[in-house]
Amino acid sequence: MSNILEVSGIEKKYPGVVANRDVSLVVREGSIHAIIGENGAGKSTLMKSLYGLIRPDAGTIKVAGKEVNLKSPQDAIALGIGMVHQHFKLADNATVLENVILGSEPSRFGFVIKYDEARKKLIEIAETYQLDIDPDERLSNLGVGERQRVEIAKVLFRGAKILILDEPTAVLVPQEVTELFNNLKELVKKGLTVLFISHKLDEVLSISDEITVMRQGTTVASLTPANTSKKALAELMVGGELPKPIAGNLVVSEKSFLSIKNASYAREDGREILHSLNLEVHGGEIVGLAGVEGNGQSELIELVMGLLRTNTGSVEVLDLDTSTTLTKDIRNAGVAYIPQDRQRDGILMAAPLWENRILGHQFATPMANGVWINKSAAAEDSARVIEEFDVRTPGINVLVSALSGGNQQKFIVGRELSGDPKLIIAAQPTRGVDVGAQAIIWEHLMRARSRGAAILLVSADLEELFSLSDRIAVIYSGSIVSVLDPAKTTPEDLGLAMTGAAN
Amino acid sequence: MSTETTSNSTVAPSSMKSKAKSLVSSPARIAILVAILLFILSIVEKVTGSTDISSPGTSSATLRFAIPLLMAGLGGLWAERAGVINIGLEGMMIVGTWTGAWFGFKHGPLIGLLAAAFFGLLSGLFHAILTVKIGIDQAVSGLAINLIAAGGARYLSGIFFPSVGGDRTVSPPVDSFPTFTVPGISPLLQSIDEKNIFYISNVAGILNGFTKEISLVTVSFLLFVPITSWILWRSKFGLRMRFSGENPMAAESLGINVYRIRYVAIAISGMLASLGGAYLALIASSVYREGQTAGRGFIGLATVIFGNWKPGGVFAGSILFGFTDALRVRQNESVMSLIIVGGIVAALLALYFVLSKKWKPALYSSIVAVFALWINKTVDVIPQEFVTVFPNFATLIVLTFLAQRLTPPAAAGMPYRRGSE
Amino acid sequence: MKRNKLFWGAVAPVAAIFTSLVLMYIILSLRGADPFALFKLMVSYGFDPRNLVSETNLTVSYYLAGVAAAIGFKMLLFNIGIDGQYRMGAFFGAVVGAAIDLPPILHVAVIIVVAMIAGGAWAAIAGYLKVKRGVSEVISNIMLNFIAAAIIAFLLSPNLLGSLPEGSQNVQTKPIPASGQMPTIKMFEGEVYSVIFLALFVGIAYWIMLNKTVFGFNLRATGLSFRAARSSGVNAPRMIFITTILSGAIAGLVGIGTLLSDTHSYSMAFPSGFAFTGLSLAILGRNHPVGIFFAAFLWSFLERAGQVLEFEGIPPEIVIVMQGTIVLCIVIAYEVVARINLRQQQKAVGKVSAELVSEGEAK
Repeated sequence: MSNILEVSGIEKKYPGVVANRDVSLVVREGSIHAIIGENGAGKSTLMKSLYGLIRPDAGTIKVAGKEVNLKSPQDAIALGIGMVHQHFKLADNATVLENVILGSEPSRFGFVIKYDEARKKLIEIAETYQLDIDPDERLSNLGVGERQRVEIAKVLFRGAKILILDEPTAVLVPQEVTELFNNLKELVKKGLTVLFISHKLDEVLSISDEITVMRQGTTVASLTPANTSKKALAELMVGGELPKPIAGNLVVSEKSFLSIKNASYAREDGREILHSLNLEVHGGEIVGLAGVEGNGQSELIELVMGLLRTNTGSVEVLDLDTSTTLTKDIRNAGVAYIPQDRQRDGILMAAPLWENRILGHQFATPMANGVWINKSAAAEDSARVIEEFDVRTPGINVLVSALSGGNQQKFIVGRELSGDPKLIIAAQPTRGVDVGAQAIIWEHLMRARSRGAAILLVSADLEELFSLSDRIAVIYSGSIVSVLDPAKTTPEDLGLAMTGAAN
Repeated sequence: MSTETTSNSTVAPSSMKSKAKSLVSSPARIAILVAILLFILSIVEKVTGSTDISSPGTSSATLRFAIPLLMAGLGGLWAERAGVINIGLEGMMIVGTWTGAWFGFKHGPLIGLLAAAFFGLLSGLFHAILTVKIGIDQAVSGLAINLIAAGGARYLSGIFFPSVGGDRTVSPPVDSFPTFTVPGISPLLQSIDEKNIFYISNVAGILNGFTKEISLVTVSFLLFVPITSWILWRSKFGLRMRFSGENPMAAESLGINVYRIRYVAIAISGMLASLGGAYLALIASSVYREGQTAGRGFIGLATVIFGNWKPGGVFAGSILFGFTDALRVRQNESVMSLIIVGGIVAALLALYFVLSKKWKPALYSSIVAVFALWINKTVDVIPQEFVTVFPNFATLIVLTFLAQRLTPPAAAGMPYRRGSE
Repeated sequence: MKRNKLFWGAVAPVAAIFTSLVLMYIILSLRGADPFALFKLMVSYGFDPRNLVSETNLTVSYYLAGVAAAIGFKMLLFNIGIDGQYRMGAFFGAVVGAAIDLPPILHVAVIIVVAMIAGGAWAAIAGYLKVKRGVSEVISNIMLNFIAAAIIAFLLSPNLLGSLPEGSQNVQTKPIPASGQMPTIKMFEGEVYSVIFLALFVGIAYWIMLNKTVFGFNLRATGLSFRAARSSGVNAPRMIFITTILSGAIAGLVGIGTLLSDTHSYSMAFPSGFAFTGLSLAILGRNHPVGIFFAAFLWSFLERAGQVLEFEGIPPEIVIVMQGTIVLCIVIAYEVVARINLRQQQKAVGKVSAELVSEGEAK
């Protein structure tokens, strides 16, 4: 079999970040080729280059032996490359057929759609590749798995020979995954090529013919399932060494500041996100929550903050039952919250700095004085935060949107740590900040720990988890699958746990 | 051969399922429902002795009042299906009344109609430039258009009309379009109506109103309903227009120029609304009069919601609202007959829901039925104000209780910039 | 930075007014008139002390409508229901005011409170539909405006709450007794409604509530970012509901001046169109109580001064066109300015990042 896709020396830089460097990839025609790697390993950037969504700064892409220059997705489609996005681009209020043909409708006089012809073609595709879809069904009646098949059909309808699937299993339940894999096997049997992006080692080993591992923006190895193992892959993904914990006195209190017992949570559409999850965080310790994104971390945080309610089980924060307590009262009891999506959840972009100092503290002194906002206290304390956390800003009257992301983050952390909170929920506290800011934030988190605060640290950054945490809890598919001691844990242990392969 | 067998086994059941579904919502079913409704009406008319509802006068008045609402509603539909809410429908109707009357007066009614279409198109394009290209708030743009159109029409009336035999608020009379009576059928229906046979005469009376002295313009405007349907569900442009209103990002990712589609759709929206206005001035009456549109643009907006963003639904909504409009100018006891009909329908629905064990809708329907009965017993005359405001009230009720059943275009009213995620 | 913002904030309204003046110039020239002479005439007519009286009284009503709209805007609500809310307020204020008998000041206070409750309650319907049913407040309010007008027209019939005074064709509510009337103030050779003080109070209270209280902070936070407000502990949906009611309560006051200082009864002759006026003024005045005041004065000045055009053979409705143009120009100007700012920011960020990358390469 020939090589249908050859990539060599791809490089892509973004402001301040090198997303891809020296990426090489060889994909054989008619194979399922998996690309695995951590969050931020550069998989998505590579796929975007292959689909013409972005243009790499250097390197070459060859399709079927010919060097190509992809300027737009249309170029990629013309060469037979199709992409199934993780977030579907479909319209609910239309039929499957309409969603599939949009943009390349077979038509008479360029105006009248030949629906019969289109339907015939779609049914043919469905039969050829054994995709179970009904052309005339409305999208709003379809579940996630079916929607994904529509996306695949959309790509096939345009004559794609190479399919890129961006984390296709992230949104699926196990049965749907099995069905998807059967579909993929059918596709390659008929001569198509599948590029499959994933985090999950079990899946990758079971489905793919070849595996390419990416780490820190580059490809580090190409293997076949036959000559590798879960352990080897996990180590390749995570890297050789893990940072050692920062030494510090550990004085853990008897008292549990956060206690989650058997908590389950299902979304309104019935999909269960958290399954009988258990977690305890005591005063004076930092518990790291490790896991691939989308395994229930966000929901867990929102349960703790009283923004969501459990279906069964209990979440207790500082002896308050969060299912009956308002977010306001949870905060007033001494819970700090550093949200992971800071610009949406953590700040008011169009408000000045000093007003953002008040946000989250507006229900108690000193930021509020009865019904009144205490501007002078807010101004004074903003100045303190700016000083202590080295926030680079011309003043406290500047709109937050004028600050850089790192400075916004330092300000949020500074705000949340003020008033000596007892429990700190820190989600991705140093994402997107420079090394200096990271050091400042870490130092303050460690200080809070030494004065007896309990910290739940949710992070995708392994260095951060290992440097700060006293214990690391691993969340996978809505449950805590293992609790590890960072001092004794090897990268492969963690990699295995995070990818659901620990048992 | 082998593929054919697979096709039978895997695909046939599902396509049969969808065929069964399409049969359920087919025109035949609607026809049966209408027939039942008319039957109830016949009974009520028999009992109360008032025959105004099924008189040809009422049905022709209904049509006359329904067409402007229909055109405004279709205008709203075109804009919203493409993803932009058009609150400026009222103003665009004013554009139609004024230009229709003025050019009609100068050059005959046909030119008046064409001028209304042209200026309506321009007013729609204006809304499109403001909302699509510049990206200002759709509601602000629409309301400003209403204001400018109302002010502009009054300004221009003050300048142009007094010198040619009108006055500051009324245009001089415009020649009317010829009307025709369907030969053979209309007299036949009339004779059946006069025979007073139960049910048959009632139906004949209603149909007679649709065949007697009808304007060609009315008929051609009615054609916009199937044309719109055809474009939306059969043409390439219609498919792309619907996706522009449902998920413009998805459409854009497939290489579709969402902006261009919205320009065209909103321009047509303006044209349709303006033609609805011209109908008021040229067919429903024969002059422009200040305030002639009387909020019909907003009722048009309501028919879009009432009709669940479908041309047939908009048509049904405008007939219903046009009917209440017609009742306003006709006998008042017919409103009471209508309430009795509504009460009976609600009671039947309640029975149906009880039998199918849907308790909540059953409760609601029985409340409506009892309420209708109570009104019939206690109130002599339904105040005209409530008849006038029925469309608005009905729409609010639909929004409140049936919001989950409605399928508005998902992106309608949302700001959208090219290249945004 | 701050001066820059102030500059751009002022540029938009000035540019908008200028553009609409140019448009008016063209329209008047087409008519064969001398635009500058007419403008001069309008200014002198508008500043005539007798006209200043009616302008002031109109400004007060417009101002209240503008503040009502601004409260909504702070929550990203488009309160087009001000028309219905104002009618409900004025009507029920008039009905209750005529039905009760209380000592002078208390009587007035009760009428004002009733008007606010009526306006707020009517707005609550739209608020409920938005928060609980996800219905756009624009559509529901348009429908509610028509329904409010119908309900009042029905209730105004002589055998219900209305009466037909002898020699009059105009159905109206029964008159409010002297104890429930508000005095007028002698100013500019005429009588200015004392409700001007109420408007002044509303403006100040609005500003203090918004900028100084926790409630106002929560309101603004929810308007700026629903999710951030929610994360910070604000009950955001409830905040939206309360804000709708508040906006409606202020809208309920729009007709109070005319009612308590002039007509003393509600009739169908009460003007309409306050919703779009209020929204326009809030946009023009950037939701600031002082800005709204200037906008409200501009609006009533234009309307009054435009009447002089009548004598020159020009239909005064040209002023309505001008108002519509000003609103459009101003939102366009804001949009354009916002886009320029964004582009500048992107350029600045790009420059910094480019430096970072080249530094990295040097290493």
